[in-house]
Order: sequence, then structure tokens, then C-alpha cells
Amino acid sequence: MTARTDTLVTSIEAVEQGLGAAGYIASRQIATAVFLAERLEKPILVEGPAGVGKTELAKALASWLGLKLIRMQCYEGLDESKALYEWKYGKQLLYTQILKDKLGEVLGHADTLAGALRQLHSFGDIFYSEEFLEPRPLLQALQQPKGCVLLIDEVDKSEQEFEAFLLELLSDYQATIPEIGCIAAIVPPIVILTSNAGRDLGDALKRRCLHLHIGFPEARLESRIIETRVPGIEAVLRQQIVGFVQLLRKLDLKKLPSVSETIDWARALLLLHVTSLETEMVRDTLNLLLKYEADMQAAAIQVPDLVARAGRAGS
Amino acid sequence: MHEPLLRFFRAARGAGVRISPAESIDALRAVEAVGYADRTALKDALALSLAKSLEEKQALDACFELYFSAAATPEQPEEAPAAPPPESGEPGELTQALLAGDQAALSAAMAEAAEAAGLSEIRLFTQVNQFARRILEGMGLEQLERDIAALSAQAPESARAQQRARAALGEQVRELVDRNLVLFSRGETEKLREEALRNARLTALDRRDLARMRVIVRAMAKRLRDRYARPRRRRNRGQLDARRTIRRNAGWGGVPFITHWKQRHVEKPRLMVLCDVSGSVAAAAEFLLLFLYALNEALSDIRAFAFSGSLIEVSQILETLEIDAAIGEIMRSIGFGSSNYGRALADFDAGFMAAVTRRTTVLILGDGRGNFADPRTDILKRIGERAKRLIWLNPEARTSWGTGDSDMLRYAPYCTLVTQCNTLRRLERVVAELLGAQG
Repeated sequence: MTARTDTLVTSIEAVEQGLGAAGYIASRQIATAVFLAERLEKPILVEGPAGVGKTELAKALASWLGLKLIRMQCYEGLDESKALYEWKYGKQLLYTQILKDKLGEVLGHADTLAGALRQLHSFGDIFYSEEFLEPRPLLQALQQPKGCVLLIDEVDKSEQEFEAFLLELLSDYQATIPEIGCIAAIVPPIVILTSNAGRDLGDALKRRCLHLHIGFPEARLESRIIETRVPGIEAVLRQQIVGFVQLLRKLDLKKLPSVSETIDWARALLLLHVTSLETEMVRDTLNLLLKYEADMQAAAIQVPDLVARAGRAGS
Repeated sequence: MHEPLLRFFRAARGAGVRISPAESIDALRAVEAVGYADRTALKDALALSLAKSLEEKQALDACFELYFSAAATPEQPEEAPAAPPPESGEPGELTQALLAGDQAALSAAMAEAAEAAGLSEIRLFTQVNQFARRILEGMGLEQLERDIAALSAQAPESARAQQRARAALGEQVRELVDRNLVLFSRGETEKLREEALRNARLTALDRRDLARMRVIVRAMAKRLRDRYARPRRRRNRGQLDARRTIRRNAGWGGVPFITHWKQRHVEKPRLMVLCDVSGSVAAAAEFLLLFLYALNEALSDIRAFAFSGSLIEVSQILETLEIDAAIGEIMRSIGFGSSNYGRALADFDAGFMAAVTRRTTVLILGDGRGNFADPRTDILKRIGERAKRLIWLNPEARTSWGTGDSDMLRYAPYCTLVTQCNTLRRLERVVAELLGAQG
């Protein structure tokens, strides 16, 4: 990697602090993953439930290392012409028009057909050349002179064919364009892939990556995350919020609240000038934490009990 | 330096983590980067580079704890040998270490002997005694026995202490062997058992194996599902769809800038399953239903019917209840009677024949033994004509078809495929064939 990342990523602790400075409180395991990714030049595949900060990790990493973040969102039907490169058809068309006009001049000296052909061959074939190449995110990532953080988001949403297409990029940091050849990265980018486990990814892809699973954080880590993301909140309320959410995650719900929901909720409570959790208030704002009607009904019954227990934990 | 890690990889493989050679190289590099000093960092580095799913991470975690605790030095025994014995010839190294209560030396000798005996090759629990013996011998047991014998003549008190120390040593070695057995043999034993179950006859299964069988069926179904639940349209790169290409490029005066390729559609099968749940075939029916319902993502539509005396639709039960409970429910409501194929087919004809279309695959599981009732082959013939395919799975051996009250040979001509299906392996093959067929 570049000299710059080398000086920054010196140890696991350095990664932890660096990401912390960028506003991302990383668990020890996450920091180890980033450290190893930089040392071994391997991509990281991040799996875990929605909203635990998979995408956020890439953003924080880019801002800490001062690198450009190139993001590619995957979806069904994504193919190489949208991910890697596309030819500039319009310009190519214009080029052929110009060529037609200039053909007389170019071939003017040749008087036989064979001579004209020889003349034509002596020109470089620029119809398929980098001049007419429209770089898409993956190619852009390879062309960054200072390196970058490449985020391939929700790779499980793409099709299996696309996954196979990624393999070359992930293992050798290069891409092949049939008409031109191999394009290797100027500086290997730091690649982060995220997946919500919508489908099982292939073994070949997993094998090329460091596999990081981010689950729901434990109470202390979550409390620190809230502290950095919602700075104005008081310590007592913060403890109560985290305690409540932690308890909520133990219930049998369809969609458990994750960190992003905790942050939203904390922000909302701050705006409402709440100083301590109360049953009524929690019930009214439960829709920030839970996304299904059935979940909300199931949790609403338990709110008084949970609030009491969270209050005890907080004090 | 790498030897302990390589052994750890083998232990992890035994615990069900798949580790390829390339991955083990990556793991070695990762460990080099983080170093051995920090236990958590070492564990994290191994988990990041080796385990590729949450289950694997848990398995690796457990394995790590077991393996690296085994490497730690055992505790000191409570009592050190009483008094230094009078010199008697030249006592062996082992005797000296025991006398001095030198645990570090003992552990080192034990590790060395274990290495020499190839302890990490242990696979079966019957080998425990053999390995323990071999390690003790490697450590110089014979010399020790001789020393004790010599001692007991001169200083009986000291010899007794030696005897106790020797017994404690035996315990330690056994413990070491046991730990290694857990580490290295788990995968092998499981594999053997699974292999046996795949080939076991479904009708003659032990009750305690049922849970394990269900796990295997789910794993099989998952594999097939991953393979066939993929998008059903595939571009056929070689063939240009000329008509579409010309239309699409009309704007450029017919110059084909954008090409269209012919596409092949693979149809997801629409399935109707008729299961005989009378006593003789019930076990096979249970596994077929379990298999098919574990597959549902790869199928576009599935309707299940169960019959013994008469026939009912059971799709509703299978969709609403958990599969194990559903099968129990079906068995309670209709199973274990004596089968009447004629009546079951007539019931199907009356109620559901209209649902059989050109795109349906009809799957019948049964032994074809109708207790001498009218087999109603005419109905089966009509099903065969209407459906895309009619497949009959028979759990009985081919040789007994047509014997006694079996109408199998009379049904066979109207089916697209008749096959024997009495083990999980055969079941898997039939289902794979079903999914792979192109529409």
C-alpha cells in the first residue's frame, strides 16, 4: 500500500484510535481486520445485520486515511458495463465520421489498394483504446494514483455471475478488458465488501477475503458509540437508552433494533428534552426502534418492565 | 515455528471449519503480522482469515480454546516425593524428573513422546489406551519400572511415593490423549456416521438417528437449492438474436451497436407430490416431504397430497406448521392405515385433476401395494398424459415389484420414470434430476 497508509496503520491500537478519531468506535476485532487487510493487502468481507455500521466502517476508514472513497452499490442485474467500464459510443461514432472525411487525406499517397491497407495499418487502432473508455467505479478505483477505499456495498444483492467477475479484481487488483488487455491497479485499493446475508456468497469469493462478522455491540461499546455520535446526551440517559435497547434485543422480534436505530432514538430523545426514560415516552417513540407493527405490539406490553430494568442498570 | 499452527488447522478441520491450503497460508501470514504475544489478537487473526461464516467462527472459537489450553502446562501435583532416595545404580531421566517433581521437564518429555507417537493421528476412541501406552513408553516407562523395583528393595517409603507419582503421570498422559482425541477425531467420526446414514435404508432407521437424518436432509436440500435457485434466465452468448438486434438498433440506421443474444429459460418445476403414508412407506414419505419443503426456494409451486385409504391435500399443514410437527400431524390424521391406491387415485381425479397442467411434474411415492383393490391404472394414464412428467418413487427393491399385491408393474408403463428410492442418497439424486431438467 502507499507510504501514507503504512505510517498510519502501524498497529491494531493505532487503527482503533484512528477510526475513533474519524467518529467510528471499532471493536478490537474490527481493528484487527483493518490492520490485517492493510498488511496482507486483502479485501475485507463484512457481514452482519443491517445497521451495525458495515458501510460506516468504509467511510470512517477513508476519512481517517485521507483517501478517496469509491462506492459501488450492488443490485440485481448489475453487470460489468455498469461496474467496470463502458465504451463511449457517441464519441466512437463521431470518430468514425471524422475518419470517413479524412480518409482521402490519410490515404492520399497510396495508389493501390494494398498500399492503402498498409497505410491504414500503420495508424494505431484507437477505436478501442482508453480514450474512448468510460471508467465505472471499479476501474476508477484501479486508476486512483494515491489509492482509495473501494466499498462494494451489499454484494449479496448482485448475481452469482457478477461475483465471479469480481474474483480477478479481489485477488490480483486488476481487471481485464477484452479489447485492451489487463489493467492493473496503480496502488492497490483497500477493498471492503458488505453483505446482509441475503444469499450465501460463493466459497471462491469468501476465500479471497478476510471474513469479518459485526454483530450487535455489547453495552459498553454501544454506550461509547452513542457518546461519539450523539455528543449532547447525558451519561445517565445514555446508559438507560443502551440498557433498554440491549434488553429489547433479547425479545423474540422480527427485526431487532441495531446501532443506527439506537442512535436515531437517542437523537430523538435529546430533541424532546428527555432526561430519564419514562414508560409513556418510550411507547410513543418506539417506532424509531422497531420497524414492524407486530414487533411494536409485542414490545409495548413489556415496556414498563424493560424501562424499570434499564433504569436500574443505568443508575 | 509453524508446526503448532498447522496442527491447529487440522484440529479446526475436524471441528467442521473448511480450510484450504491457500487459506492456511493466508492465516500464517496473518499470524505473522499480529504476532503471538497477544492471545486475543491471535484468535481474531485466525478467525478473520479462516472462518467464513458465523457457525464456523463459533466452531473455530471453541477449537482455539481447547487447543491452546492443551498446550498450557499442567498443574503441579499436590505432593512432591518425600525424601531423595539413596543412590541405586543410574536412575533414568524420567525417574529423576519424577523424584525432583520437575513438571516442566515432565511436560516437555510428554510433548516430545506424543509427537514421536504421532498423537495428532488419533481418530477413534478405541485407540486411547494404545496411544497412552506408546507415549509412556516413549518417555521411558521401562526404565522407571526397573528403578521402582530396585528402589522398593532399598527404600520402600520412597518407592511408594514413586508409585503414586507414576500413577499421576499415567493420568496426565491419558488426559492429554483424550484431549487430542476430541480435537482431531470429531470430524472423522461424524463423517463416517453421516456416510453410513446416507446409505441406510429409510424404512429401517433407528429412532435416535432421526434428528441427525433431518440435519443431513436439510444440508442436502440447501446444496441443491443454492445450485438451482439461481436466476432462471441465462444468456446464450454464442447465438445472436437477429430480429431483436435489428429492432433495437433501428435508431442507428440498423448499425448493430447493441447486440441481443438468445436466451435460454430454465423453468422452475411445478410439483404435485402424492405420498403414500401407510405403515410400509411412511418413513420414506417423511423424508421426501422434508426434502421438498426444505427446497421450496428452488421450486415455483408445490402441492402435497397424502393418502393411505383415501387422499387429502396436506399443503396447508406443511406450510403453516414447522416441518416436524406438520409431518406428525399428517401421520395422525391419515397415516398408518392400509393403502388403497385405486381409491386414492379416484380421489385425486375427482378433486385435483384440473390442476395438473402441461407444466406440472407429478411425483408419486409409494410401494404400489393396493391390497388387491382395483389399481385404477386408467386414472394414472390420464395423469401421465396431462402432466409434463410423472415420476414414481418406490422404496421397495426392484426385485419385489409385481410380487403379491404389488401393482407396480401395471403402473410402470404410464410413468415417465420409475425408480427405486430407499436411501437418502437415491432421494437426493432423484430430486437433483428433477430440478436440473430443462423446460
